[in-house]
Amino acid sequence: MRKLKILIVDDSAVMRKIIERALRQAGLDLGEVREASNGAEALVEVQKGSLDIILSDINMPVMDGLEFLKTLPTIPAAKGVPVIMITTEGSEARVVEALSAGAKGYLRKPFTPEQVKERVGPLLAGVP
Amino acid sequence: MHASTPAVTTSAATTAVPKRVPPDPAWKSVLECATLEVFEMMAATRLTPYVPPAPAQHVQSVARTKKQSGLTAMVGMAGVLCGITTIHCSSDTAIRLASKMAGDEAAKDPNIVNDALGELCNMVAGNFKAKISSLADHCMLSVSTVITGENYALQSAEPSESLNIQLAFEGSQIRVSLITQS
Repeated sequence: MRKLKILIVDDSAVMRKIIERALRQAGLDLGEVREASNGAEALVEVQKGSLDIILSDINMPVMDGLEFLKTLPTIPAAKGVPVIMITTEGSEARVVEALSAGAKGYLRKPFTPEQVKERVGPLLAGVP
Repeated sequence: MHASTPAVTTSAATTAVPKRVPPDPAWKSVLECATLEVFEMMAATRLTPYVPPAPAQHVQSVARTKKQSGLTAMVGMAGVLCGITTIHCSSDTAIRLASKMAGDEAAKDPNIVNDALGELCNMVAGNFKAKISSLADHCMLSVSTVITGENYALQSAEPSESLNIQLAFEGSQIRVSLITQS
């Protein structure tokens, strides 16, 4: 598998670092790591294309993760790019809403690298 | 003293909220478990029980503490449980925690330090409520706020109860509280 191109969306710079570290600890070979601090910034990054996976927080200012998720289908470059939602909320309703809106999975904070691998790994099976 | 809002955890309640869930003293151990998990998973840190300094050292310790500013991160809770979750520690401790989470270089930035403590508080509150089935779907978390400074106190406008735990990070005290409005 080639080096992965990922987008991490979270309003916390600390959390973006933690997510990236967890992905590396999970054994993923990361190439380009793009970051965005809200859904609106993330849409700009998605439009640049060439992403293998997106990991996004739900609760963010400006544009939250669910709105971002619902807007993604309007961007041709987002076609086929899996999205994993990351949330602090234990709310089942939010998770169901995210999955209904097209998310391929979710991770609840706090998480371990093993949990990251469990969620993200299967979604990258098709990456050449 | 100033406050910042480094992390966001707002969400809109879309369904009718059931009646209030009264705080339970047994939640203290749940809060401690939630805290230990968050610090271990996200800050690669195993917190230990806090042992206060011996009386002779205590006077010196208090004198030192007064010169040192502290940080308090707060996350509001609304729904079947109303209140706040707080984490308080010294500035030095917050910097060391931020360093664990984001690296030494990043932890030189006060915004990163506030961000780190805010995120920890956010996750402790979220992890705590996720462990209590009656809260998980009916208690929302607010934006986290971090207060820095010295000689300040938090006081609830309404009658409240609190669960407090004291833990140690590399010997330094970390106080975690769940303050609920009755």
